[in-house]
Amino acid sequence: MEDKSILKEFAPQIEKTSIKWWVFFLIFFGMAWFGVYGLYTQIADGHIVTGMRDNVVWGVYIVNFIFFMGISYAGALISGVLHLFKTEWRKPIMRISEILTVVSLLIGPTFILFCIGRLDRLHFLMLHPRIQSPITWDVIAISTDIVGCFIFLYLSFIQDFAILRDYKELKLPNWRKKLYKTLALGYVNTPAQEKNIRRVKNVMAAMIIAIAVIVYSVLAWIFGVTLQPGWHSTIFGPYFVIAAVYSGSGILIILMYIFRKAYHLENYITKKHFVNIGIIMLIIAAFYGYFTFSDYLTKWYGSVKADKVLIDKLFTDFYWFFILSNYVGVLIPLIIMGIPKFRTINSITFAAVIAVLGLWLNRYLIIVPTLETPYLPIQDTREAWIHYSPTWVEGALTFGGIGLFACLFMLASKFVPIVSISELTEEDPQEEKYM
Amino acid sequence: MRYAMAIDTRKCVGCSDCVVACQTENDVPIGFCRDWVTETVDGSYPNVVIELRSERCNHCDYSPCVRCCPTGASHIEDGGIVLVTKSKCIGCGACIQSCPYEARYSHPDGYVDKCTFCIHRVRKGEKPACVAVCPTKCMYFGDLDDENSEVSTILKNRKFKALAPEAGTQPHIYYLV
Repeated sequence: MEDKSILKEFAPQIEKTSIKWWVFFLIFFGMAWFGVYGLYTQIADGHIVTGMRDNVVWGVYIVNFIFFMGISYAGALISGVLHLFKTEWRKPIMRISEILTVVSLLIGPTFILFCIGRLDRLHFLMLHPRIQSPITWDVIAISTDIVGCFIFLYLSFIQDFAILRDYKELKLPNWRKKLYKTLALGYVNTPAQEKNIRRVKNVMAAMIIAIAVIVYSVLAWIFGVTLQPGWHSTIFGPYFVIAAVYSGSGILIILMYIFRKAYHLENYITKKHFVNIGIIMLIIAAFYGYFTFSDYLTKWYGSVKADKVLIDKLFTDFYWFFILSNYVGVLIPLIIMGIPKFRTINSITFAAVIAVLGLWLNRYLIIVPTLETPYLPIQDTREAWIHYSPTWVEGALTFGGIGLFACLFMLASKFVPIVSISELTEEDPQEEKYM
Repeated sequence: MRYAMAIDTRKCVGCSDCVVACQTENDVPIGFCRDWVTETVDGSYPNVVIELRSERCNHCDYSPCVRCCPTGASHIEDGGIVLVTKSKCIGCGACIQSCPYEARYSHPDGYVDKCTFCIHRVRKGEKPACVAVCPTKCMYFGDLDDENSEVSTILKNRKFKALAPEAGTQPHIYYLV
């Protein structure tokens, strides 16, 4: 089953660790520890060290939570759809997409914990759950998603674990080889085993698509079911799903670019992959722009008092955020991907960076201005209590999250080949090819 | 039994005694408040109407805060008083976001806090601290189910309004206009 020439090519990736790899790893690890220091400060001194106050009780943490969860759902959606439709070109990028799903799914929910007032009572969510609460829906949805995505990731790893176990020339410590043997679960690629694993992967791919849509909609409903200006919107569910795929496809392109350079995967991850994922990003950018326009237009034209105050605030206090997020963040990817001669690997990656940054700002614009604009105007509140500015602690935890995300990704790339060998060497059954 | 409060906006002078009384009675941390006074100005000189309102939790019949609480810490007590069991609250903030009246705040100890209608006083037959201390006696508190209660009587005889009725929460703080 193993294609030795491919394995020979990928073996050094997991056997050897370059100094450059260690330098980057230590930088990201340092960022993660900076986050730990921020967390320690927050636990020791309380939420007063953050910018969150009486009115704006959710800040950058929730923005990061939605952002990372969005990336995860996008990874799940993209890998699920590409797998289910047996898209031929998917094979070299599937593993990056699957790891992206799980790693961001581990980082995202930790951010919501940082804004909880009494972390010591977190288990009450299990002990005294009330099903009518959107928070409970979210707990159920995210736990289901974590389990589903882990299973899908593991299923895609099993065949590679078996290949690594059987490859005698692999220069790795014995414990690593034993670990691969254990994790391969006795897979020896009999036709029955191969058929079973393919079937289960197909079922899981379909399931994680559904779970991703449901989970991100539930996340949107936490906001949508309140009466807060800007949040009380019927399109928030689909809007969040579309926005998630937009940022996720952007992150996927950035990761493809990084790993292509770092591990010299030019023969595997080609311009075709960038263009194809870029086209997904283009279509989603059009939908995302349309949803954003539709949401703000109805709020502005309806002129409900609280919505009007919010829109005014977006075009005054948050003017540049609004322009960068909803104009630059949509138009630049649309232009770069819309005009074929602009589609180079570098420009597509640039478009992806713009899309990701724009989307993060969009999440910020959804959370912060709304909380600064209460449904009923309040008076005589301290200026600092109604206007939110993130502090260094929130910055540290954000950097920490990004650092941990990068560390986990780098470690994953040392544990298994970043391109799935089993997928590359496997022929999709003719009857399952749809695209 | 259904406790409610009526506040006479024509008698209120905006002295904020109710705010201070509440903070003292309920040991509200410095910088926070369970009730507050707002001023709405309509029209222009010489036809100006100023409305002063002492605001607090509306102890709604259909409380979005109770509905969205994931642990049941937010609940409705007998008499329709909306309370937070502080030992059960995880401080997720969902109730703060869902309240259209901005009546809740995150206590420095991590849980969410709000007006309790001074339930500890009401159970002893006393009035809430804000009502008891009001120098112009602009607040009326009592049982809406009791036809002869102070609050029922005043609501029968005066025009009144509630805040954000469109939110569908059925609030129980009435403003006499």
